[in-house]
Amino acid sequence: MRYLKDVVTLEFDPERCSGCGMCIEVCPHEVFVPAGEIVEVQERDRCIECGACMINCASGAIRVQAGVGCAAAILDGIIRNKEPSCDCSSAGCCS
Amino acid sequence: MSNCCSSTSCCGSLPDGGVRIPQVDSMITRSDKLKRLAFRLGIGRMSLTVSPGLYALGSPGPEDPVLVSANFKLTFDQLRGSLKGRKAWLLILDTKGINVWCAAGKGTFGTEELIRQIENSGLKMIISHRELILPQLGAPGIQAHEVRRRSGFRIHYGPVSLEKLGEYLESGMKATREMRRKTFTLPERAKLIPLELVQSWKVCAGAAALSLILTLILHGAGGLTLLYDVLPVLIALASGACITPLLLPYIPGRAFFLKGAFVGAVLSGLFVALSTPLLSQTIFILATVVAVSSFFAMNFTGASTFTSLSGVKKEMRYALPFQAALILIALAGRILAEVLQRGGAV
Repeated sequence: MRYLKDVVTLEFDPERCSGCGMCIEVCPHEVFVPAGEIVEVQERDRCIECGACMINCASGAIRVQAGVGCAAAILDGIIRNKEPSCDCSSAGCCS
Repeated sequence: MSNCCSSTSCCGSLPDGGVRIPQVDSMITRSDKLKRLAFRLGIGRMSLTVSPGLYALGSPGPEDPVLVSANFKLTFDQLRGSLKGRKAWLLILDTKGINVWCAAGKGTFGTEELIRQIENSGLKMIISHRELILPQLGAPGIQAHEVRRRSGFRIHYGPVSLEKLGEYLESGMKATREMRRKTFTLPERAKLIPLELVQSWKVCAGAAALSLILTLILHGAGGLTLLYDVLPVLIALASGACITPLLLPYIPGRAFFLKGAFVGAVLSGLFVALSTPLLSQTIFILATVVAVSSFFAMNFTGASTFTSLSGVKKEMRYALPFQAALILIALAGRILAEVLQRGGAV
């Protein structure tokens, strides 16, 4: 299933990539694939900005603005004038 | 630990150098299943947390694997159930009763908490190896290389789905490509619907109130009908919170608000074709159902597994004005058509 095109904040710097493959291991949507000694971004639009790749990249080659992709949380954030977050006080989007 | 897990499956404890480790099994009882059902239906506010810490599944020894998870009861039960016939150690992090993926995003299923639980449980003195198996969806919160540096434990990310955990363990901790993909199948989408319905009641009540009040003003109490004032709201609910999620991949449009609008338009179109309301009510019903259905579908982004924050933000920049405009059209259109109708113009 495909979501919107060309919106995600994912940034990958091949110069810093050590080829450890952790990004491939942790990504739930196969955004990264092996490319010779290192990796490359193959399916950018499948990225859900969860941040798993960024936090597990020991080389600091990946940057992404991770956050909850949840309309209700964003709406709530607009109303309360703060950053969107899953407060999980109701059994809503979480769980 | 004097306080055992809150699940009914706690069946004893292993003494281990003075520290009693609670022992659990793979049985999912009727009580467990009822609690899960109630949760899915949004019923009840019972505590669905288990105590964090180390648990023994069966009678594991120092060589047996260590599986890390969250202290949300449904997750804990699913983990136990996926390990039938096996012995393992379960290291349960304090995620405040939230499931792994959400907790990882928030940071509660995180590096610091994992290291804390490793230390508090005395894991190093119980386990002879230095390997931990974590759910792949915990990765957004865990810095594997940092955990290794500070605790000495090496992290293996296991499959996305617990159903594959047995296979993963059998194969010697090798994950296939399929194990690493997060799916969003029809059954997975369907499971989320009851909760979407339960949470939609405020918007439904608001839409129904809007329609009832308008009808009251324009036609008096005698004009109120279930057919035109209440049923459209239910159609919008079914459309945006039920049908759109179920048929998600087959509905045109990538943005969820558009999918909801499409289904809403089709269903409300069918409705007015079959029930032939006045022009003023037709305008109102079509516009309101499309707007409300679109709104519910937009909210489903939070429960879906392939939306990004950037994408949802972009979608909402169009969705909210779209929905607001439709409501205005509904109100203005109905009143205008009503006025013209009485003036004999239509």
